[in-house]
Amino acid sequence: MATARQGGLLLAVLGVLWGFWELFKWAAEETGFHLGRFFVNDRTFPHIHDILGTLAEPSRRNGPMLIEVLRDAAFVTAKEAAAGFALGASVGFLIGVVLVHSRLLQRGILPYIVASQTVPILAVAPMVVVWTGSRGLPTWFSVAVIAAFLTFFPVTINTLRGLSSADPRALELMRSYAAGRLRVLLKVRIPASLPYLFAALKISATASVVGAIIGELPASVGGGLGNAILNFNQYYASAPERLWATNLIAAALGIAFFLAVVAAERIVVRRAPEHVA
Amino acid sequence: MNADAAVVSLKGVRKEFDRGGVVALQDIDLDVQAGEFVSLIGPSGCGKSTLLRIVGDLIRPTAGDVVVNGKPAHQARLDRDYGIVFQDAVLFDWRTVEKNIGLPLELTGWSRQRRADRVHELIELVELSGFERNHPWQLSGGMQQRVAIARALSFEPALLLMDEPFGALDEMTRERMNLELLRIWDQTRSTVIFVTHSIAEAVFLSTRVVVMSPRPGRITGVVDVDLPQPRGVETREQPRFAELVRDVRRTLRRGGGFEADEAGEDELIVAEEGL
Repeated sequence: MATARQGGLLLAVLGVLWGFWELFKWAAEETGFHLGRFFVNDRTFPHIHDILGTLAEPSRRNGPMLIEVLRDAAFVTAKEAAAGFALGASVGFLIGVVLVHSRLLQRGILPYIVASQTVPILAVAPMVVVWTGSRGLPTWFSVAVIAAFLTFFPVTINTLRGLSSADPRALELMRSYAAGRLRVLLKVRIPASLPYLFAALKISATASVVGAIIGELPASVGGGLGNAILNFNQYYASAPERLWATNLIAAALGIAFFLAVVAAERIVVRRAPEHVA
Repeated sequence: MNADAAVVSLKGVRKEFDRGGVVALQDIDLDVQAGEFVSLIGPSGCGKSTLLRIVGDLIRPTAGDVVVNGKPAHQARLDRDYGIVFQDAVLFDWRTVEKNIGLPLELTGWSRQRRADRVHELIELVELSGFERNHPWQLSGGMQQRVAIARALSFEPALLLMDEPFGALDEMTRERMNLELLRIWDQTRSTVIFVTHSIAEAVFLSTRVVVMSPRPGRITGVVDVDLPQPRGVETREQPRFAELVRDVRRTLRRGGGFEADEAGEDELIVAEEGL
């Protein structure tokens, strides 16, 4: 019942968005509305049905359908993003675990972790590609490292918060059992941190897809969504729908990653319903 | 009394908190014999909870000797010589009732089978059969506190420390839990130190009531409770019960400090109305 209603709601929202898009396009074209030199027309604002329609058309003469090309590209990007997500989440979690045990390290290291996120990822990406390439690692791995760079940060911050969220009385109780740090970590701190951790993983899941796409640009990894974006960007003047369709697939991939984390959370976090973040 | 048989022995215990040099406890001398049920009663700020935590080595005293089970409190904690129950049950939401009760045994390294047997016994003791697989949030406050008591008793500690365990429960549940606790105490024959705000509760449960006063926290009197054992619903109706309640109340007044502490007095009055 609930899923049927949710599905219905999703379709209704999509329908309304579609309506807004087409209504705006129609009204702007009729009235000649523009922002500076930005005019609304079929090139800047293609019809939704044209965007969806182009998916079923061949991407080049006698080639496979665009949706098949993008599906293969999405798999390539998904692999990089998944590896980056796993790497970033693990590293982020470990940093959180280390930092929660030492106020000194927290003060010393946390500013640099924050600073790392202010560095523009597009500037870092080529360096990472060169660095991993010179060590003989495959290019998809360098893309994963770039994705991990965007992934680890929310995980570190929320892990730290989550591990510190353990009830002080629970910690007192564990002390009465003469439990050591490792036991306290495993039995109290980590379970207490899970709602926080999953909140971070949801952010990181979509960030890892963005990171992978950005990482593909300088890494010149063939066959990923980043490559498709570069490619269709060049032909935007003649076939704008293709770039839009590519964005649609990229968004769908991000949503799929997000939903995977939501599903994992349902399985892992068993808690009073109102406590689930 | 033979001091060698004491489960808990406090000598000249003093506790100052660093902030502003507040003296939380001063000149505390107290021996608790095996099998005794001792209540610590007093208004807010008299240091009764602090004293309980010192016995449990959860707080270090500034000065004085704390001996538990014939050894320093620190060693007694490492040997898991006591179980503790707080005002809130402090159960882990992500564990079922049986896993909450079995947690201390997990930490002690009991085998799965031995643990399951012991947890089964404890669940029967606190009368929670049928709720083994429930999660804490599915239980009432009284049931949660029973889980906490079962958990504290899991490794059969010689000493049970209880910090206002029924303070958050409604009056009816509280009286029922009092009876339950006496039954459990009778079956396990452990020694109990029980912190409470309620005069009636202290008299009903205890073999001895230790009255404390604030600023600085100190012991101002001890009332021996000579009500017959085992106690039941009719105990509260005996004239001797009312006399003892009056004795404790007078000792509290004499100790002073609690007229100045409105919160404390309110709680004491409420507790008396519960008679």
